[in-house]
Amino acid sequence: MKAFSLLFMGFLTFFVISASNPKLDKAPSFNDSIDQLRPESSSEARNTAGLFPTNEEEKNKSLLAFDVILKVLKDPRCINCHPTDDRPRQGDDQHLHLFNVRRGKTNQGGPIQFCSGCHGDDNNVYSGVPGAPHWGLAPKSMGWLGLSDYEIGQKFISKSSNGQRSPEALAKHMTEDALVLWGWNPGENRKPVQVPFEEFKKAVADWLDNGAHVPSK
Amino acid sequence: MKSKINFTINGKQTSVEVNLEMPLLWVIRDELNLKGTKFGCGRAMCGACSVHVDGELVRSCSFAIKRAQGKSITTIEGLSESEENLHPIQQAWIDENVLQCGYCQTGFMMAGAKLIEEFSDPTDEDIKANISNICRCGTHPRIISAIKRAASLKKSNS
Ligand code: FES
Ligand code: FES
Repeated sequence: MKAFSLLFMGFLTFFVISASNPKLDKAPSFNDSIDQLRPESSSEARNTAGLFPTNEEEKNKSLLAFDVILKVLKDPRCINCHPTDDRPRQGDDQHLHLFNVRRGKTNQGGPIQFCSGCHGDDNNVYSGVPGAPHWGLAPKSMGWLGLSDYEIGQKFISKSSNGQRSPEALAKHMTEDALVLWGWNPGENRKPVQVPFEEFKKAVADWLDNGAHVPSK
Repeated sequence: MKSKINFTINGKQTSVEVNLEMPLLWVIRDELNLKGTKFGCGRAMCGACSVHVDGELVRSCSFAIKRAQGKSITTIEGLSESEENLHPIQQAWIDENVLQCGYCQTGFMMAGAKLIEEFSDPTDEDIKANISNICRCGTHPRIISAIKRAASLKKSNS
């Protein structure tokens, strides 16, 4: 009986989501832009400046979606290059990057050993060294390693730390930037981000459409 | 599939027709027959294959040749213009008699040459923090002395 109820709820949820979002008539994929996954009405709602007013239900939806986003932000494939200090990490155990690699002046290493000295625009099939366009560390203001969900949320949403990005720009960055997408194509012997990309993309759209909320203390 | 790539190596305009993913190291050694650059690990771990690409230090085993299009590459063979006019790092290497087996040394020299461009008076710490090459023979103390000597030679030459 319980299983049947769950199945029914699942169908109902799918129906409600599909019906409320006429654009969502197929599973999201890498090729969809984030706007294709969002309800028609949302662009109007978004125009109500920044984090637009939402009711409790929407806020909860947004926060639930942000939980999924947090799993991605904290995945080793992402957070290893979002340190709060000046040393990138490596591997699933997040050890300090070998070779004493440092942030440098431009977040891309230096002054002698730059990221580009080993990392190219794609995964290197001979050396096994991972690569993607503009390989490097996130700015220090976007460091998350060791922070609480609340602290990550605050840094994430605040324009002063996130590179002047609006919630829409954050959504675009997270779902279209080549270096972010590398997380799902990390090359041999590396686990991809543990949240499937389609699920992540849907969570980003839900987070945005329900007010772009981040956890409070 | 093979494609043509054009670049400059040690001041000479060169082109090769190879698989675009082929490491620059293989092109340097096997296509251009410049044997000074060494294969140590092939995994960007040891630094034996270090060269300069557009003036930056690069581990050539992890640099797909497609990235070399239009670039200027310097290997140990091109570090100085002639044997009469050695690069300070080469002169200091001789003066300090750094080599043991020698296998890792050209990589260290390319790294050292880059380091003295950035640090005019490098300390032990500057050298240790910024050069991560590996020497199995344990010549590191002599390498440090030679890099310091090269930095002062460079200053006195200029
Ligand atoms: S051979 Fe390139 S780093 Fe070891
Ligand atoms: S001199 Fe032998 S490995 Fe360095």
